[in-house]
Amino acid sequence: MQQIINFLIRNKNFLLFLLLLFLSLILTIQSHSYHKSKFISSTNFLTGGVYGWRYSVSNYFGLKSDNERLLQENEQLRNQISWLTADTIVTKFVDTTSYNKPFTFIKGVVYKNDYSKVDNYILINKGEKDGIEPDMGIITDKGIVGIVENTSKNYSRVISILNSNSRINAGLKKSNQYGSLVWNGKDPNIVQLETVPRQAILQKGDTIITNGRSTIFPRGIGIGTIINYKLDENQSYFLIDVQLFNDMTDIGFIYAIKSNDASEIRSLENPKIDE
Amino acid sequence: MNNNVLLYIGRFLSLVLVQVFILNHINFLGYLNPFIYIIFILLAPLNIHKSLFLFLSFVLGLTIDLFGDSGGVHATACLVIAYLRPVILRSVFGLSYEFQTVKLSKVGFGQRLAYVTLMVFIHHIVLFSLETFNFSHTLLIAKKTLFSSLFSIIAIMLVLVLFRRKDS
Repeated sequence: MQQIINFLIRNKNFLLFLLLLFLSLILTIQSHSYHKSKFISSTNFLTGGVYGWRYSVSNYFGLKSDNERLLQENEQLRNQISWLTADTIVTKFVDTTSYNKPFTFIKGVVYKNDYSKVDNYILINKGEKDGIEPDMGIITDKGIVGIVENTSKNYSRVISILNSNSRINAGLKKSNQYGSLVWNGKDPNIVQLETVPRQAILQKGDTIITNGRSTIFPRGIGIGTIINYKLDENQSYFLIDVQLFNDMTDIGFIYAIKSNDASEIRSLENPKIDE
Repeated sequence: MNNNVLLYIGRFLSLVLVQVFILNHINFLGYLNPFIYIIFILLAPLNIHKSLFLFLSFVLGLTIDLFGDSGGVHATACLVIAYLRPVILRSVFGLSYEFQTVKLSKVGFGQRLAYVTLMVFIHHIVLFSLETFNFSHTLLIAKKTLFSSLFSIIAIMLVLVLFRRKDS
């Protein structure tokens, strides 16, 4: 007994080192597995508050370009609804009390954005109190950004499409073939679309959009354009390089997509699990 | 003594804030960030209590991890260099470290550069290996380690020169 205690005292630094090393390695491994990295996260009030403080200073520097982007988006939206002249509006009545929108959008601001690592996360300034939940999709005016992974009262952490754990269903705009969108960790403006069947007819410059196969994103949200494609080793699937519409290094403001039918669809798909 | 503790607390906080606010967002050439917060570990007093030093280094790394959403990679890297620091000090400064007479502000440029280089390089190898966490990206790890180390070493040497203490 005496010897054991002596041993412990003699090697206490080494044992402390091992203990802390073990702890930090566990945290590291958890951070690399999807939906488990909850302990060390910037959504707590301290880091969120500090990032909010930083944003309140730095947002003045981008006001001009933000305005420009908002005007562009307005222009695009106005072009989409240009057929709604005064005559058509009067004759079309939509009873909004019973009309159930499938998706609701919640605006937010990016507090922290990474793109230089292999696993990147984004911190946004909306949380549970604004109705953000895990597994909601995040988009900008131009295209998709990621999926909410972790929420706190005031902040949420988004798993960026520039993350090795991110897998998003995406497909071609002109046909119904689809694959999953992943990132190889190299260029923050180019992502890869995998497992598109070789029957698909591709062309450089084709548009890639979300295809609405999950409850996360509605169909038709822009992702990017094809800049390169080749068949994989088995000659059965295409590997496609996609140039993103978004500049992932400069996101600014975002919209979170709340799917109002999500729980209904999920309970249909997994009838055993009571929601 | 009390004054020194305040100095170290101030250094801890200011290094973390500078790292998180400014240096994590440089992204020079797309992915290069200097990690100067390890100056806290580099400049810790030589006769510091070892367990306390390990613990402080762990907390320092964990704070950076909290801000950067990186799990425990900085904590691991800091812990490793804090544990290896006596070995590196001994190999760089030799006898003068054994007799506790070495002062970082007094040693020559070559020795200081060797010390900083060794510490930064080990820190960055651990950091980027764990951050990437994928053996198929070995080349990427090597590239990031090499260039970020260069960047960090230059930044740290500059900071050490600029903020040299002018005591006797």
